[in-house]
Amino acid sequence: MTGTVQVPTWVSRVTKHHLFWPVVALVALWIACGIVSPGFLDVKIVDGHLFGQLVDITRNSVTFLLLALGMCLVIATGGIDLSVGAVMAISLSVALTYIDNSGTGEQAGTALIAIALALAVAALVGAFNGFLVSGLGIQPFIATMIILVAGRGIALAFTGGQITTTHSAPFKSIGSGFVLGIPTPVVIGAVVFAAVAFSVRKTALGMLVESIGINRTASHMAGVRSRNITWLVYVICGLLAGLAGLVYGAPTMAADANNIGQLMELNAIMAVVIGGTKLDGGKFSLAGTIVGALILTTLDRAVIIFHLPSESKDLFKAIVVIAICIAGSERLRESVGLRRVPRLPEPPASRKSVEVAA
Amino acid sequence: MSLTSDSAPVVQMRGITIEFPGVRALDGVDLTLRPGEVHALMGENGAGKSTMIKALTGVYKIDAGEIRVADEPHQFHSTAEAQEAGISTVYQEVNLCSNLSVAENVMLGHEVRFGPFINWPATRRKAKEYLARLNLDIDPSSQLGTHSIAVQQLCSIARAMVVDARVLILDEPTSSLDKAEVAELFAVVRQLRDSGVAILFVSHFLEQVYEISDRMTILRNGRFVGEYLTAELPRIELISKMLGRAGDELAAIEAGAQRVAHDERQGTPLLSAVKLGREGSIEPVDLEVYEGEIVGFAGLLGSGRTELARLLYGADRADSGELTLFGENVKSAAPLSSLKGGLAYSTEDRKREGIIADLTVRENIALAIQASRGIWRRVPAKELDEVVDHYIEALNIQPPNPNMLIKNLSGGNQQKVLLARWLATSPRLIILDEPTRGIDIGAKAEIQRLVVELASQGMGVVFISSELEEVLRLSHRLVVLRDREKVGELTNGPDVTSSTVLETIAASGSDAA
Repeated sequence: MTGTVQVPTWVSRVTKHHLFWPVVALVALWIACGIVSPGFLDVKIVDGHLFGQLVDITRNSVTFLLLALGMCLVIATGGIDLSVGAVMAISLSVALTYIDNSGTGEQAGTALIAIALALAVAALVGAFNGFLVSGLGIQPFIATMIILVAGRGIALAFTGGQITTTHSAPFKSIGSGFVLGIPTPVVIGAVVFAAVAFSVRKTALGMLVESIGINRTASHMAGVRSRNITWLVYVICGLLAGLAGLVYGAPTMAADANNIGQLMELNAIMAVVIGGTKLDGGKFSLAGTIVGALILTTLDRAVIIFHLPSESKDLFKAIVVIAICIAGSERLRESVGLRRVPRLPEPPASRKSVEVAA
Repeated sequence: MSLTSDSAPVVQMRGITIEFPGVRALDGVDLTLRPGEVHALMGENGAGKSTMIKALTGVYKIDAGEIRVADEPHQFHSTAEAQEAGISTVYQEVNLCSNLSVAENVMLGHEVRFGPFINWPATRRKAKEYLARLNLDIDPSSQLGTHSIAVQQLCSIARAMVVDARVLILDEPTSSLDKAEVAELFAVVRQLRDSGVAILFVSHFLEQVYEISDRMTILRNGRFVGEYLTAELPRIELISKMLGRAGDELAAIEAGAQRVAHDERQGTPLLSAVKLGREGSIEPVDLEVYEGEIVGFAGLLGSGRTELARLLYGADRADSGELTLFGENVKSAAPLSSLKGGLAYSTEDRKREGIIADLTVRENIALAIQASRGIWRRVPAKELDEVVDHYIEALNIQPPNPNMLIKNLSGGNQQKVLLARWLATSPRLIILDEPTRGIDIGAKAEIQRLVVELASQGMGVVFISSELEEVLRLSHRLVVLRDREKVGELTNGPDVTSSTVLETIAASGSDAA
């Protein structure tokens, strides 16, 4: 993906990679946790299942990962999707309400229909967002804010205004089960990541999404179906958010429409940004979203391990995230001389004009 | 603007060297600007003119060399610092905020203040004064984007004047202006020069350089060739110094793109439009383009050339008339369906409608083929490599590195990459809108030769250019446009000259009156 210029040594190739600092931060966090809490890094096999703190972190990161994958594509087209947290709540409410009403929750078939229904509704919400953005030309921030605000109302309508709790072992297993000793969410995350990465990088979708994000008009003139592709990307984002809701809510089997997925849209954006994708659209990194999701989950765990008082745990998270962003800042690296090649000629981009004018 | 009348240099650049990854963009270049003089910076695309300007304006850091302004050594780290030293720039492409008002653009950062507040009426009045000096009578509170590119260009010059510049850099200021506007601009330039401003003028139009400049510095491949008095340097010598080739060799290139004066109309037309028009954009037009034919659109800026091209390609929807492409009636034209049918359109606005700045040369070439195949049928890497390598070589794209980001190429090479993008779709008919604007003579001759070659292979070409000479040299047939209306059609021949075309334009004017 990079590698436009020759690099003197493999070291600088590694340090210049856009994921270098995020990965360093992740590993450093893990080591710090390992020092404070011996055994943190241990991964054991108990009853044929993988167990350990790192396994937990990976399992919990899947929710962030699923959200961030969709968000990453949306951001690459130059948009944003604020509705993903609400979509999580809608999807879980649909699934659990269906299971609750069916009365046959313990059958695998019921669980499968519930999942299919929930994902269909989530994709529908995504299609609605996509229609507002690409069909009607409403700004993505505003368009997706509609579901952010109203989505929980929709979810509450499904649950009848209550916290629906129900029982379904097959459904619960997507959140807390194991496949071949690996937690089911991790398997889901891996399969979805592979599927998204494959369909983005092995088809032309990735390049076309990037070209739309960089220059929509020029892409249109070159025959790119920018509307359809933008629409598709919002559908994918909605679908993945729906899946994230199921994976997140399955272990508790409680559809708390008011609280599930709260602020998740911001976490998803954060994971994307930590992963090295810029908010102005264009080039994106799917691999980066994995690192971003793992960092966010590790931070949640680290505040517990470090016994941070609850009032300062948000501050701690903020400091780490800021540090990663600063470390990745091109301008900073340039001024401390970390970059070995002189700076590239800059484009006469529109942003430049502000500087010129100022 | 009071300067001492002795012509001590206001800017001295000595031994300027700038390196980019893999390229030495400038290698020990000198430039001296004197007050009260128009100095032309000459060279081909990629010779380092833009880089030199960016070094002077603080956009690029210099790796070696020295910049002295009024005999004080300076190291500019930002354009703001350069502006403080009195160096102001009008860039090649309009660099303003099109969603702000004219007054806001012209006065940005220099608004008339009332305490912490901006006195808008006074600011607008002042903007109007500056505009008036350019003979531009437009409402300062109108949105900039609603004006033509030419007017926007004049606004950016007005903006440069607000800063009371000691040095004014004009980078291709005339590339989107028509003749009368150029004359007006030059009147302003002379006025500024006489008031003691040092002016650095960059243009590809040799006529204009000879008309306005007093002295010139020539660059070639990032190196300093020499400084000359304009009056003492014959044109042909200038060209050979810029290209590093002998004069007769150049004549051969020009001859290569000689005009072919015969009628190519045979068989069924590739494209035929009957009363095709769009309200507020272009009056209904009849048009036919045949295989192997080059049809030139001639007309002044704003005559509707681009508007017509956009209708044919489907970039804009026609609201009247019929369009037949390759024998099939087109109900609603759109870029994708046009491309699939075999019609490509290279737009005049390279930056906004052409390049995808942050993608590589390879991806930029691939875009149109890929778009016409759809998302799921990715062009195989091997096939794409062959296409990309072929066009990089055939069009002489410099540097010949497919993995370079297109934004790092010079304007002429970006244009060639875009041509490659369209040619790679193997069109049967191609519309080239200003393909040679802002391009040096060498590349221009190459593109002209390519156009002739494509037509001789049977491709239909619609050629649009502000340079009448160029249209005349290439086209078999000329469609003359005026005030968003087709006013005539001429079959090219020895007796058709630029004055014939101008007469056609003028005659229709008297008809209308």
